[in-house]
Amino acid sequence: MWESVKEFASEFFVTGDPLIYGADVSIVLSIIAIVSVLTYFKKWGWLWREWLTTVDHKKIGIMYILASVLMLFRGGVDALLMRAQLAMPDMQFLSGDHYNQIFTTHGVIMILFMAMPLMFGLFNVIVPLQLGARDVAFPFLNALSFWLFFSGAMLFNLSFVIGGSPDAGWLAYPPYSELAFNPGPGQDFYIWGIQISGIGSLMTGINFIVTILKVRAPGMTLMKMPMFSWSVLSSCIAIVFAFPILTVTLALLFIDRYLGGHFFTLDGGGNPMMYINLIWMWGHPEVYIIVLPAFGIFSEIVATFSRKKLFGYKSMVFAMIIISVLSFLVWAHHFFTMGSGADVNAFFAVTTMLIAIPTGVKVFNWLFTMFRGKITFETPMLWTVGIIPNFVIGGMTGVLLSVAPADFQYHNSYFLVAHFHQVIIAGVVFGFFAGLYYWWPKIFGFKLNERIGRWAFWLWNIGFYLCFMPQYALGLMGMTRRLYSYGWDKGWFEMNLVSTIGAVIMGVAFLVQIWDIAHSLKNMKRDTTGDPWNARTLEWSIPSPAPFYNFAVMPQVTSQDDWHERKLRIEQGLEKPAKVELEPIHMPKNSGIPIVMSMFWFFVGFGLIFDWLWMAVPGFIGVLACMVVHSFNYDTDYYVTVEEIKRTEAEAGRVIT
Amino acid sequence: MANVNAGHHDHHPDQEELRTFAFWIYLMTDVILFATLFATYIVLQGNTDGGPGPKDLFQMNGIYASTFILLTSSFTSGLAILAMNKGNRLALMNWLGVTVFLGASFLFLEINEFMHLVSEGATISTSAFWTAFYTLVGTHGLHVALGLGWMIILIMQIAKRGITPVTKRKVNIISLFWHFLDVVWIFVFTIVYVMGVN
Repeated sequence: MWESVKEFASEFFVTGDPLIYGADVSIVLSIIAIVSVLTYFKKWGWLWREWLTTVDHKKIGIMYILASVLMLFRGGVDALLMRAQLAMPDMQFLSGDHYNQIFTTHGVIMILFMAMPLMFGLFNVIVPLQLGARDVAFPFLNALSFWLFFSGAMLFNLSFVIGGSPDAGWLAYPPYSELAFNPGPGQDFYIWGIQISGIGSLMTGINFIVTILKVRAPGMTLMKMPMFSWSVLSSCIAIVFAFPILTVTLALLFIDRYLGGHFFTLDGGGNPMMYINLIWMWGHPEVYIIVLPAFGIFSEIVATFSRKKLFGYKSMVFAMIIISVLSFLVWAHHFFTMGSGADVNAFFAVTTMLIAIPTGVKVFNWLFTMFRGKITFETPMLWTVGIIPNFVIGGMTGVLLSVAPADFQYHNSYFLVAHFHQVIIAGVVFGFFAGLYYWWPKIFGFKLNERIGRWAFWLWNIGFYLCFMPQYALGLMGMTRRLYSYGWDKGWFEMNLVSTIGAVIMGVAFLVQIWDIAHSLKNMKRDTTGDPWNARTLEWSIPSPAPFYNFAVMPQVTSQDDWHERKLRIEQGLEKPAKVELEPIHMPKNSGIPIVMSMFWFFVGFGLIFDWLWMAVPGFIGVLACMVVHSFNYDTDYYVTVEEIKRTEAEAGRVIT
Repeated sequence: MANVNAGHHDHHPDQEELRTFAFWIYLMTDVILFATLFATYIVLQGNTDGGPGPKDLFQMNGIYASTFILLTSSFTSGLAILAMNKGNRLALMNWLGVTVFLGASFLFLEINEFMHLVSEGATISTSAFWTAFYTLVGTHGLHVALGLGWMIILIMQIAKRGITPVTKRKVNIISLFWHFLDVVWIFVFTIVYVMGVN
């Protein structure tokens, strides 16, 4: 009996690596710490009522952001481990197998469990406020999306200590990801972690399309909508078209692995290239899904800090919609070397180059917005100005890669690694950072410290260039990606060392940001205006942080940048602050079903990963039961009374007569 | 804080209309899902790995029967909508019941077909062709099964609450879903079965 328990444990838990034992201990300690703090301060009820069951888009957004920062930490540690291994030739820090696992989890975590939730966090907190809405169209579904993401992320991260991490790269190309070559549970962790959170992403896409198209404030026509909301719409359209492909692709891979199918196997007539086509039909739009909202963020910030209307609003809108359509027509540029022939490659090369046009339009629009503006360089604007040249370099190396004949040279080299990190870090991550600094006072009610913020900005940027510029050269010198060791004879030592130093500087920059948050929390000055940047869109017309019902009175929109125009009119005495008539507000009730249902999904995933049907089947029954319970529940909303609105507004420093 | 039922006049857009709109978008994602499965099926169609192919094993008589049954169930779900719009609760529940019965018959025939194919030696791991076949047709079957469970739950809700704006929206949505599955089946019938045996 004892022997069989020991045998099970040695296979179930990842053993043999001191780094992992250290992680085991720290995980157990932090769980004990969290549980005892919550118990000691009797906060379980509060946690359940205020956070775990909430359907409030602002709180869900904060949970997304919190989770994504944790994932940024985990993905960043992965990156530093890799850079440590590559710092010098013939390094013995990580084994080849371990290195494979780390670059796989780094990629998956950074794209799917860091960039996506950070983006969804900003969607959630900001979009309803910008639209003048009380919440998203479907608050319950929104909570479910979050908890599905959370379950998927937990499942994926569990592979680190239980069962073993996936090691087939962030897109898990077969045949290596097939059972014959990859028999452990790691690959199944990959499939179910992404599958479960992917369903959540798909639902978020539907939710925000409906919100943006149907739940805007009266008077806000589509062409008067703030640019960030437009970018969210274009991103969500791409989500809705792309994510079903991911769902199917992962399901097919699972059928191969679990039921012995032959979709992508080498025997039985399978076709591995089919997987690579399918996964990139999702994967390429995915890149645009995460970068489009960043474009929206830049547009908001540039207009606010240049004290000017956004230049070329219409061309901006068209550019974003064109990008989200074109993003579906370029997938084969990820494998020009597959051998599909000159005609196919030429088509995909041209569509790829075409994307540079709308992107260029956007860059010029930002520049023209700044032109003759009264620019001030608070942190959000600093990030935006820093991003423009950075992203342009990334974009131009992308155009170099799109030249199909030349790509045979660049393919899978460090040139490519440098390129996609430059567009994703400089475009997406820095873009979301800019958004976080910009909306931080709206979300939490106080500004982040400017001085420490500047330190973080410069460290991030210097670290970035130090880390990735040498990698372009290394790629041209023949260094291929996913390489875990190289010899002294290659001549790659110096540049790899510089690159590692850059990575360490970015790690320090992250710590500086955490310090910035801690410092600002301690020394915060409450923002009483609700509009600390003197900004232009509706979210700044209400107190910070926004009351749970967002708008005490529905705003009546008459123009683009409506809040800015209203401030002007009030200043010129053309409009008096109107006497308002409060009405009871219709709000959704909290629900525990999303978190419970997502926990059941977790059991489904975990059970299938280890082929434990005794866990997967009850899990699935639990999922169905949650759906049925929700379907039978007709008591889902309530009204906030006028007295409560008055009280809440007064607490936020606004008197309503 | 007073509990309320739907129908109160508000600045909010009509929740039921929003849900119907969102369901159309969901159907679009389902279109993409089936399109991906069809594309995979078409790519792997010829890859029988020397094993049996569609011509060897498909029995078209059963397929004609199940196609007829599913198309009829789409018609009866339409009759249910008509009954609902006339406010006839009993007829609505009866027509939904008939639809459930027809859908269950379709599933029964499909499971029978799969069992027959497996007994002839064509399992999901026989070749890429059969993997793609079972996955595509099985995903449609899974949708039908979920639709059935959903319809039964709806019949219970109508029995309890009658025809309200909420139940009305729910019935409209399930009928959309049902017609959609019908359209998908027409593609399955054409591309998998008819083109498979010819």
